[in-house]
Amino acid sequence: MRAFLILADGTVFEGKAIGARKEVISEIVFNTSMTGYLEILTDASYAGQAVVMTYPLIGNYGVAYEDMEDDRPWADGFIVRELSRHPSNFRNTSSLEQFLIDNDIPGIEGIDTRALTKILRSQGTMNGMITTDENYDLEEVLPKIQAFKAKDVVYRVSCPEKYKYSDGKYKVALMDFGAKQNILRELAKRDCQIQVYPAGTTAEEIIQDAPDGIMLSNGPGDPQDCGEIIKNVKKLFESGIPMFGICLGHQLLALANGSDTRKMKWGHRGVNHPVKDLASGRVYISTQNHGYVVADKTVPEDVAEVSFINANDGSTEGLHYLGKNVFTVQFHPEACGGPQDTGFLFDKFIQMMEVAKDA
Amino acid sequence: MPKKNSIKKVLVIGSGPIIIGQAAEFDYAGTQACRSLKEEGVEVILVNSNPATIMTDKNIADKVYIEPLNAEVLKKIILKEEPDSILPTLGGQAALNIAMELDESGFLKENRVERIGTSSLTIKRAEDRLAFKEAMEKINEPVAESDVCTTLQGCIDFAEKIGYPVVIRPAYTLGGSGGGIAYDQDQLREIASNGLRLSRVGEVLVERYIGGWKEIEYEVIRDSYGNCITVCNMENIDPVGVHTGDSIVVAPSQTLADKEYQMLRTSALKIITELGIQGGCNVQYALNPDSFEYCVIEVNPRVSRSSALASKATGYPIAKVAAKIALGYALDEIKNAVTGKTFASFEPALDYVVVKIPKWPFDKFISAKRTLTTQMKATGEVMSICPNFEGALMKALRSLEQNIYSLKYGDFDQLSDVELEERLHRIDDHRLFYIAEAIRRGRDLASIHEINKIDMWFLNKIKNLVDMEKRLETEPMTVELMQEAKRLEFPDKAIGALTHMSEAEVRAYRYKNDITAAFKMVDTCAAEFESETPYYYSCFGSANEVDPGDGMKKKVLVLGSGPIRIGQGIEFDYCSVHSVWALSEAGYETIIINNNPETVSTDFDIADKLYFEPLTPEDVENIVRLEKPDGAVVQFGGQTAIKLTEAIMKMGVPILGTSSDDVDAAEDRERFDEILEKCNIPRPAGTTVFTTEEALKAAEELGYPVLVRPSYVLGGQGMQIAVSDGDIVEFMNIINRDVQEHPILIDKYLMGQEVEVDGVCDGHDILIPGIMEHIERAGVHSGDSISVYPAQSLSDDVIQTLEDYTGRLARALHVKGLLNIQFIVHEEKVYVIEVNPRSSRTVPYISKVTGIPIVDIASKVIVGKTIRELGYTPGLQKKSDYIAIKQPVFSFEKLRGAEISLGPEMKSTGEVLGISKDFHEALYKSFLGAGVDLPRTKKMICTVKDSDKEELIPIAKRFAEIGYTIYATRSTAKALNDHGVPAIKINKISAGSPNVLDLILAGEVDLVIDTPTQGRVKSRDGFLIRRNAIETGVTCLTSLDTAKALLTSLETGDKSNLSIVDIAQI
Repeated sequence: MRAFLILADGTVFEGKAIGARKEVISEIVFNTSMTGYLEILTDASYAGQAVVMTYPLIGNYGVAYEDMEDDRPWADGFIVRELSRHPSNFRNTSSLEQFLIDNDIPGIEGIDTRALTKILRSQGTMNGMITTDENYDLEEVLPKIQAFKAKDVVYRVSCPEKYKYSDGKYKVALMDFGAKQNILRELAKRDCQIQVYPAGTTAEEIIQDAPDGIMLSNGPGDPQDCGEIIKNVKKLFESGIPMFGICLGHQLLALANGSDTRKMKWGHRGVNHPVKDLASGRVYISTQNHGYVVADKTVPEDVAEVSFINANDGSTEGLHYLGKNVFTVQFHPEACGGPQDTGFLFDKFIQMMEVAKDA
Repeated sequence: MPKKNSIKKVLVIGSGPIIIGQAAEFDYAGTQACRSLKEEGVEVILVNSNPATIMTDKNIADKVYIEPLNAEVLKKIILKEEPDSILPTLGGQAALNIAMELDESGFLKENRVERIGTSSLTIKRAEDRLAFKEAMEKINEPVAESDVCTTLQGCIDFAEKIGYPVVIRPAYTLGGSGGGIAYDQDQLREIASNGLRLSRVGEVLVERYIGGWKEIEYEVIRDSYGNCITVCNMENIDPVGVHTGDSIVVAPSQTLADKEYQMLRTSALKIITELGIQGGCNVQYALNPDSFEYCVIEVNPRVSRSSALASKATGYPIAKVAAKIALGYALDEIKNAVTGKTFASFEPALDYVVVKIPKWPFDKFISAKRTLTTQMKATGEVMSICPNFEGALMKALRSLEQNIYSLKYGDFDQLSDVELEERLHRIDDHRLFYIAEAIRRGRDLASIHEINKIDMWFLNKIKNLVDMEKRLETEPMTVELMQEAKRLEFPDKAIGALTHMSEAEVRAYRYKNDITAAFKMVDTCAAEFESETPYYYSCFGSANEVDPGDGMKKKVLVLGSGPIRIGQGIEFDYCSVHSVWALSEAGYETIIINNNPETVSTDFDIADKLYFEPLTPEDVENIVRLEKPDGAVVQFGGQTAIKLTEAIMKMGVPILGTSSDDVDAAEDRERFDEILEKCNIPRPAGTTVFTTEEALKAAEELGYPVLVRPSYVLGGQGMQIAVSDGDIVEFMNIINRDVQEHPILIDKYLMGQEVEVDGVCDGHDILIPGIMEHIERAGVHSGDSISVYPAQSLSDDVIQTLEDYTGRLARALHVKGLLNIQFIVHEEKVYVIEVNPRSSRTVPYISKVTGIPIVDIASKVIVGKTIRELGYTPGLQKKSDYIAIKQPVFSFEKLRGAEISLGPEMKSTGEVLGISKDFHEALYKSFLGAGVDLPRTKKMICTVKDSDKEELIPIAKRFAEIGYTIYATRSTAKALNDHGVPAIKINKISAGSPNVLDLILAGEVDLVIDTPTQGRVKSRDGFLIRRNAIETGVTCLTSLDTAKALLTSLETGDKSNLSIVDIAQI
C-alpha cells in the first residue's frame, strides 16, 4: 500500500506503508545508529516523535524481546529506507514488520531517507505526518502538522505507580521520566535495591524513603515543560543525597539550578558521538538522544561546572555540581543501543553512595 | 596535546613487492602517511623495494630508497640519514618484521632512533601466538583453544588432544602463508611441516576449528593518550574457514543485533587498550551464530588490507590518522577531512552498504586449486557502494571485469542436479553462482545454509536477485518492474538478456520513464553534518545530490584500472594518479572513476571528484550524463580503461590523446602490418586467424615454434608457444572458450633478445627516457622477465635503430601521449613485436630511474602542450649513471597446484628494483629484494630439457666453481659429467626413493634449475619438482637466462657492503 510522509514545509515523500495502517502526526527526528532499532523504538525518550533511521537496511536481525528498553515501544512512527523481510539472528522471534503491527505503530519504507535527513539537518527538526490517504489535501493537513506539539509526554511515559525493581546493597530511588531499562539493569547489576517512582512523586515522599542515592532518568520532550518536576528535583538536590542524572534528568537538574536549556536544530541522535571528559582529557564514544541541551554559559559558576563536552560541537554533555555528590550527563552511559564506553559512570555513582554511606 | 617536537625526520618502511596477501593497500596507507607527515613539516625518508608504487615518488617523500627490504639495508640507510624516528606500522608485515629485528638487536637504541607508532613490545604481544594468548587470558577475552608448537610431533599431540579438525597458523607470516585446516593426521603433517618452515620463528599455532562461525572484523584506532574508537566493523559472508582476504565482505555487519555488535566492539577496545596500540589495528572475531559465544581469531597491530577497505568504506582515513597519532596528536585534535567539522574521535555512521569481492588469478593459473581456505589466493579486490545489499553485490560483481553481469553466469545451468549438489559443497570462487543456480532449481535456503553455513540473511538476498531474474524473464516489462530491477542494480545488459531486449532498448525504456542513476556522497556521518567530500556512489530510486559544477573549469574524466590482477597491477594506479595530478596542474577539473579500495587513486583527496563505481560502459555513462566532461583519458588505466574507449566516444566524450582509431591500428593485425610496411620496419612473420583449422594452416606455413595469442589483451593473457599441431588445437580451444570479438594472432617465434621502450609523443616530437632489455630471451612474458635499464648488450647501431623505429611508429600511429613498444633483436636485426599506444608496466620504473616523469609529460601533452614547451629535449635521453634492474616477484607458494614455469603468459604479481652504479650489484640487489637470498646450503638440482643441455654446461660449471654441489637427473647428469662438470646422478620421481623429490623435501638444496619442455606436454615429474621446490621455499628457476643472471650476481659484487641510492636525487 502506498504511504506518504508529509513534512511541515510541504515536502512529500512517497513510499510503502509498513506497520499499522493509521495516520500519525509527530515530530520527525533522525537517528544515525546502524544497529539497535528495537532499543530506539522502545526508548521512551522518543515519545512524541517519529524516527527516521539513516541506515538503509532496518530489521535485519528481527526482534528479540529481551532487547526492549521498555515493555512497549514509544515512537509514534518509523521511517526507513528498506525494511528487512527475512530477518536472521539466533534470538530473532518476530519480524520488525510484525512488531510494528502488533504495537500499532505506523511507518513508511522505500523513501530516500538520506534526502529526508538532509532536509532535517539543514532546516532543523520539523513535524510531519505519515498517512496512507492518497487524497491528502496539503492545504488542509499542513496547518495541523505545523500545530502539533507533544504534551505532558513525561507523565505519559512514566510508571503509573511506585514499584521495586530489584534488591541489593545500595538503595536507589529512580525518578522515572521514561527510564530506559538498561539504567535499571546497570544499577541492579551493581547490587542496587531500586525503587522506581512515577514522575509526579514529591521530593518529600522520596526523601522519606531514605535512599542512598537518587537516579534521575532520561525522558522525552522539552525539559522546560516539566515545571512541577523541576521543583521536586530542586528539593531532592538540596537533600544532599548523592544524585546521578542522565539526559532529561541532567537537563531538569540544570534548570532547577538556574541554568537554561535550548532546542537544538536537529539534535544528537546516534551511537557515535564523542564526548570529552574535561578532567582527564579522554574522549569516549557515547549514545545520544536529545533535541534539547543545557545552553552554553548558563550554568551558574558557583553551582556547577561543565565536566563533559561534545567533541564535535562543543555543547555541554555533563555537569559536576560543586561541593555535592551530584553529577549528570547529557549522553547515555547505559548505552542500549550503542557503545558501552561510559558505563564506568555507574560505578562512580555507586562509589559516591558508598562514600556517603560511610560518612 | 600538540605533536612531539622531537620528531623531525622519520624513516617510513614500505611493504615491498605486490604479492598475494600484500597488495596495493600498503601503497595507499604509506602514501597517505607520508603526505600526512610532510603536512606536519616532518622530513620523510622512505624505503621500499617496489618501484611501481606512488609512495616511492620524490614528491611523496624527501628521500626515497628503492632498496631490498632487509635489516642490513635498513641499517645502512639509518646510518646515512640519521633519522630520529622510524615508523614501521604502515608497511604491512614485511616492514614490521624488519623493524622488530632492528629493535631487538639494539640497533635502533644505539643509533638513537625512536620507534613511533605502535611499540615493539605491543607488536610482539599481538603477533607472538603465546604472548597474545596470555594477553587475552589476562583480560578475559576468549581465544579458540590452541597451542603453539615448534615441532611436528607437538602439533600432532595437541591435535589428538583437542580433536580434529584443527587450524594451523604459522607465526609471523602474511596472508596466512603456510596455514590450513587439517581434518586428519596426514593433512596435519603436510600443512604443519610446511608452516613450521615458513614461519620466521619456526612456530605454528594449532587451534580448535571453529569453521562455520560468523567472521567479524573491527577496525580500531587508538591514540597515545588512550582514546580509542572503532572506525568500522565488517562481516564476512563466508564463515570462518575462508581467509578474510578471500571472503566476500560486507560493511557494516548485517546480521548482528546491537547486543552482539557492542559486545564485540567493547572487546575490540579492551584488546587495543591492553595491547597499547598507538595507531590502527584490526581485530578478527569468530562469533558463534547460535549464541553470544565468540573468540578472538587474531589482531593485526598495524594498517592492513582491511583497514584500507574500512577507510574507503567509511571515508575515515585510517593511515593518515595513524601517522598523526605517531607524531603525538590525540584523536580529538585531528580534523575529519571529510566533514571539516568533526574530529577523528568520532565513529563513522554509514547510510549505505559496502560489498567487497576478491579478484582471484584462477584465469591465469588454470591448474591451481580454486578452493578457498585459510591461505589467501586473491591478488586484488573490488568494492562497491549501494543503499541495498543486492545492489552492492551486483555492482561489485561487474566491477571484477569477468563479464559477470548478474548471478546468471557461466554454464552452471548445464550441471546435473547431482553435479550441482557436489558443487554446493565446494567453497571456491564460483560459490555464489552455485548457490544462485541451486535456488533457481527450487532448492530451499535452509538446506543450502546447512552445507555452507552462509547466513540465511545473505542467502535470502541472493534469492531476491534470482527472483528478479525470474520476474524479468516471465513478466511483461513495466515501469515498476524496471525501477525495481535497477534498484537492485541489474545492469541494462543483464535486463536485456533476460527480457530479450537489446541493451539499447532497455536504456531507451529507462530514459523514457526517467529511471536514471542518482549520485550520493560518502560523508562519514550519514548526512548528520554538512560535508563537501567529493566522494560519490550511484544508486537508483533516489534524489541526486551531486552538483556537476558551474562549468568554469574544463573537466577531464580519468578512468582507473580496477582490481589488481596479474598483468594489470599497481603500476596503472601509479599512472592514473600521476595523470590526475598533472591534469590538475594544467588547470583541469579531474574526475576519477575506479572501484579498487586498495589504491591511492580511490583516496578521496586525489582527484577533484571520485566516483567509486564499476568500470562498465553503463556505469560510466551514468557519470558522463551528470558531469558532461570535456574529455576522457583512457591511456593510463590499463586494459580496463582502454576497453571503454569506444563506449565513451559513443557518449560524445572526446578521447584525449592518441585517437581510438590509431589505437585500433596498433591492435589490428592488417592495419598494423600496413603501417609497418609503410615505415619499413620488420616484424616476425605472422597472420591472423579465427578458427583452429586456420590456425593449423598458418602454423604449418610459418613453421613451428609459433606464438598463439588473442589480440587486444594486455599481460599476454592466453599467449602460448606452440610446438605442435596438438598444442595449436588445445590453445585455440582455450582461447575460443570466450567468444572472441577480435582475431587470434599466430606469429613465428623468434628466440632473440627482447627489448622494451617507453616513450611520449606529442604528435611531432618523441621523448624516450631510456631503453630496457630483458635478461630472459623472447618467449618469457615481458612482465616476468628481469629488465635492465640502460640496456647493456646492444650495439650502438641497434640502439640507433630502436630510437629511429620508435619515432617512426609513434608518428605513423599519430601517438599523443604514452607508447610502449616491444622489440626483438635477433642477429643484430630489430623486429617489432607489438606497439601499445598507452601506459605500460614499466612506466613507474623508467620514470624513477631516469628522473623523467613521463606520465606527467604525457598528460600535459594530451591536453595540448609540446615536449619542448615542457622543457625537454626530444629523442633518446642520455643514459643514467645508475643501472636499474627490475626483478619480477611471484606468489606461487600461495597457489597450490599452479604451474610455475615461465612462458609467454604473465605470472608474476609484483616487482622489485635493484639499483646501483655497478651492474652486478644492481642484479644482486634485485634478487635480494625479490627474496632470493643465496647461497645457503650450496647444493642444487639441475634437470633441463634436451635442447638446453649444451647451454647448461658452462653455467653448471660456474656454479660448481663457486662451491655448489650439483645433483642432476640421469640425462642431465650425463651431459654434465661428459663435459667434465661434476654432477651427482639422482633418480627421477618415478624411479622411487631416494629421488629428486626427497632431496627437495629434506631441505638439502637451495636452488633448482628446471627448464620444462616447451609446448603443451609438460612432464608430471617436472611439475612435481617445481611445485615442491616452491612449496618448500627453494628457489626454482625455469629459464637458463635467469639462472645465468643469478649466477653472475653470486659470483661478483661485494655483498657485505652494498651501496644505497637515494632515488630522489636522480
